[in-house]
Amino acid sequence: MAAEGHAIDALGQFQLHTAGSFIGAAVNFTQANLMMVLAAGLTLAMLHFGARPKAVVPGRLQALAELSYTFIHDMCTDQIGEAGKRFFPLVFALFFFILFGNMIGVWPYAFTFTSHIATTLALATLVMVLTTAVALRLHGWKFFSYFVPAGVPKLLLPLLVPIEILSYLSRLISLSVRLFANMMAGHVMLEVFGAFIVMLGTAGVIFWAPAGLSFAVNVALIGFEFLVAVLQAYVFAVLTCIYLHDAVHLH
Amino acid sequence: MDLASAKQIGAGIAVIALAGVGVGIGNIFATLVSSVARNPSARDNVFGLAILGFALTEAVALYALVIAFIILFV
Repeated sequence: MAAEGHAIDALGQFQLHTAGSFIGAAVNFTQANLMMVLAAGLTLAMLHFGARPKAVVPGRLQALAELSYTFIHDMCTDQIGEAGKRFFPLVFALFFFILFGNMIGVWPYAFTFTSHIATTLALATLVMVLTTAVALRLHGWKFFSYFVPAGVPKLLLPLLVPIEILSYLSRLISLSVRLFANMMAGHVMLEVFGAFIVMLGTAGVIFWAPAGLSFAVNVALIGFEFLVAVLQAYVFAVLTCIYLHDAVHLH
Repeated sequence: MDLASAKQIGAGIAVIALAGVGVGIGNIFATLVSSVARNPSARDNVFGLAILGFALTEAVALYALVIAFIILFV
């Protein structure tokens, strides 16, 4: 944590360290990877222990598992249509991997793997490659008509087709940077206000009131982080559904 | 002008984009309020769209913030 007179080290928290003693160091297993394994394990555990009772009147965990199932299932069928059922496992896995990743990150001393552009770019690349492959498989060469907007004068096409292609490719950037920027900005904000608390708290009694104020801001930010964690996972899943809709139906 | 102060001014300029984002988010929720006031039964349908629009607009603010951070810290 930054002391008085020093610059606030806002980005130091995103540094990767190897986890799991010498074995982890040997294979470059970082704490981000550890959190990914944890997020995947938590998702599986929620489903396993939620689905096991098979009670007619569900308990809390079973209700959670059933609600999350129907939530994603409805999202798929609403956005993509009947064909969306085929993509339900992918969207479910993406949503809960990102959700648990974001949620674990709010835990003190834990690490947010979604705050790294490498992770989010890999997820976004998966989505983009998949949607393009699905579109090519379903429509063959007709897929490229996606880049030619219907009902446009022929004279404008040389201008519009590059724009359409560019906007298709920029989905990769916007999908990855949105998640990464949201998580990173939230944690930098927590760090900056945390540094304020220490700097003001050690500066003298008259600064205790503003220090308490920044503490209150930090508490509110934690709540906001939970909102953002759910929201960004939802947005990622919904946008995946929308892109898949475009791939399945072409416009 | 030395590099440190130029960086700080640059970061300040980078977040001017937040003005547009403020207009956008205000617009989204103003429209949400008026549409719910006109047709309260549409609340469930419209709320999800508003949240989606909010998240997409907020992302623009965060792009600006990331650029400011890159200027300041990288």
